[in-house]
Amino acid sequence: MDFALSPDAVAYRNLVRTIIADTVTDEAINEIHRTGTFDLPALNFALAKHGLLERAVPGMGKGDPIELWILFNELEKAGAPYDGIAVSLMIAGVVNAVGTEEQKQRIIPSIVSGEAGVCMGYSEPDYGSDVASIVTRAVRDGDSWIINGAKMWTTMAHVAKWLILLTRTDPDLPKHRGLTMFILPMDTPGITVKPVHTMASEHTNATWYDDVTVGDEAVLGEMNGGWRTMTVALAFERGVMGGTNQGVPLLTHFTKWAQRVGLAHDPAVKVEMAKAAIDMHVSTLLTQRAAWIAASGGLPGLEGSMAKLFATEAYQREARALQHVAAQPGLLGFHEDGAAADGFIDYDARHSPVTTIYGGTSEIQRNNIAERHLGLPRNR
Amino acid sequence: MAFDLGFTADQTTIADLFNGFFTNESPAEVARAAEPLGFDATLWQKALGLGVAGMAVPEQHGGGGASLSDAVIVAEAVGASIAPIPVVEHIIAARAHPITDLVEGNVIGTVALTPAVDGTWSYVPAGAIADIVIGVDGNEVVAVCSSAPGIAPRNHACQPLAHRSSRHGDRTVLGNVSSFERIVAEWNTLTAAALVGIAQRSLDIVVQYVKERHQFGVPVGSFQAVQHGLADLPGLIDGSRILTHKAAWASQPDIEQVVEPEFNEYTDFTVVSSMAFLFAGETAVHATDRSLHFHGGYGFSEEYDIQMYYRRARGWRLIAGDPRNEYVALADKMFGGN
Repeated sequence: MDFALSPDAVAYRNLVRTIIADTVTDEAINEIHRTGTFDLPALNFALAKHGLLERAVPGMGKGDPIELWILFNELEKAGAPYDGIAVSLMIAGVVNAVGTEEQKQRIIPSIVSGEAGVCMGYSEPDYGSDVASIVTRAVRDGDSWIINGAKMWTTMAHVAKWLILLTRTDPDLPKHRGLTMFILPMDTPGITVKPVHTMASEHTNATWYDDVTVGDEAVLGEMNGGWRTMTVALAFERGVMGGTNQGVPLLTHFTKWAQRVGLAHDPAVKVEMAKAAIDMHVSTLLTQRAAWIAASGGLPGLEGSMAKLFATEAYQREARALQHVAAQPGLLGFHEDGAAADGFIDYDARHSPVTTIYGGTSEIQRNNIAERHLGLPRNR
Repeated sequence: MAFDLGFTADQTTIADLFNGFFTNESPAEVARAAEPLGFDATLWQKALGLGVAGMAVPEQHGGGGASLSDAVIVAEAVGASIAPIPVVEHIIAARAHPITDLVEGNVIGTVALTPAVDGTWSYVPAGAIADIVIGVDGNEVVAVCSSAPGIAPRNHACQPLAHRSSRHGDRTVLGNVSSFERIVAEWNTLTAAALVGIAQRSLDIVVQYVKERHQFGVPVGSFQAVQHGLADLPGLIDGSRILTHKAAWASQPDIEQVVEPEFNEYTDFTVVSSMAFLFAGETAVHATDRSLHFHGGYGFSEEYDIQMYYRRARGWRLIAGDPRNEYVALADKMFGGN
């Protein structure tokens, strides 16, 4: 095995680091934590200006999956907000993979220029992990489609230009087969967005669709082929586009603080720091493997599941362990005097629980690995 | 070359050769029959026939010129079959002290992992059977050739452990104490590989078992509680394997030795090998724990193989001492000693 990045990849990584250093300032991070909107237009535009967003669209052939991994890994190690562009670039990749020429022309440039974000309408109030059972309906009416229903966890809906929306178009077909994906502008009449505030200050949304009317130009992929379109998106997302190294900035904040206050002398603290560093390095290696398989022409669905499962569980272990050894100062939030790790101990303990839930829960990943990797009998 | 997590064609050949050898020559009965000493002289002679003794010694010293990465593949095969022969220790000793007798396997070599105290190395792996022990005595790394005791205390690792003298015998000074760091890093790397082999094979064994074993009218492996207990393991095992190969890669002379925790960048051989040893150790313990448990009562019985993997997974890593000390030393290397 050879773990050295190519000179081109190193140059790319250094460019990403420069852009991050220029745009992801302490003030910007403060503002993001204040608003709960994990998107930074100045960063997006700077990446776009250097052509990096276009190169990062999965499957478009401008960059490779190793670059995609580098981009998101650098962003998450720096604690930079990438939730917005991760979804947007992933959906740009889906449009590129299954969209019409007209859709590609109309949608992709707006995303890769950094101007337009995308939000995802998959989950519903009654259907989360069992997403194939969703009931938001799209009904044919002449040349139009009329959409009615409600979605949960439509993060970025309050700032996004585009919405990718999973609907049921044929309730008589088996649940996976009667679904169709749409992509439409968020300013289409009939869409209502209400904020959902979370324990980690992250702002997500609930959205409602009342007689939202669109034409065939909004159908993404095949009629009743929505499940396949969604699987394309998940294959891009799982493992490679961030979400596997969130413990790295936490450890950096913790280390600086622990060294300043003298806690880093304690052997018991050193043990936890070393364990966290190892777990984060293994997380990155599992992610690199998924990227390498994708770069070699494979589909790293299972390897992505392994990376996501391990990395998010490890991040939670780290957040818990460091909060324990930080003791009372670990209780204090951002900007409080004496807060451990400038408040990041409190923040990551609040944030880490969601990571084993979104993007496919740990249980969904384990089902996937048990059935498809270990070959154990399906039980649902 | 650039980023590539695959094996070379030569490495695929090595993997096929050694996996085949250990499958044929070292089924679980061999390990079982070798207890409690943990050494099978006949199997060792057969392994020498494959050139294992000097395989990872440079060609100019008469060795096979294989890399540490190649040796990682062999060590994983040793762990997978829990073969009762000192492949890991001998390979390290032959690389550190490439004299003809070690390179050709005329004598057995090993390494003492902790410095001698008052002229005695304690708990030397393969110490009961090795002719040459390499270790730290004072400020020097020395190789001492003396007669092996041939007996070992019964132990959890099923390893031929012994205390050995660093003073009595034919004694050669190999270098300054600082040169021992690399020897330990190599032992950490190959032991990590052997632990990966233990973890992988124990998972393979239990997956087969839960597919065949029926309770409540269905295979035990159809229960989600069992599936989820096992589904955590492939990521741990694959992560351990990749990390171990990264350690071997980092051992090459032309790799820049980087330790940057804030960027999660580590290419320093001593750091990555320590990470690999610790993580593969945790993985092997966890994998054998789950694998034994999902055998139910049979996993506890001597007749089944999984309990042999369970004991060695715990034992092999503890030969190096309390893992907490390794974690602390690693933290000092990564974050500075403050």
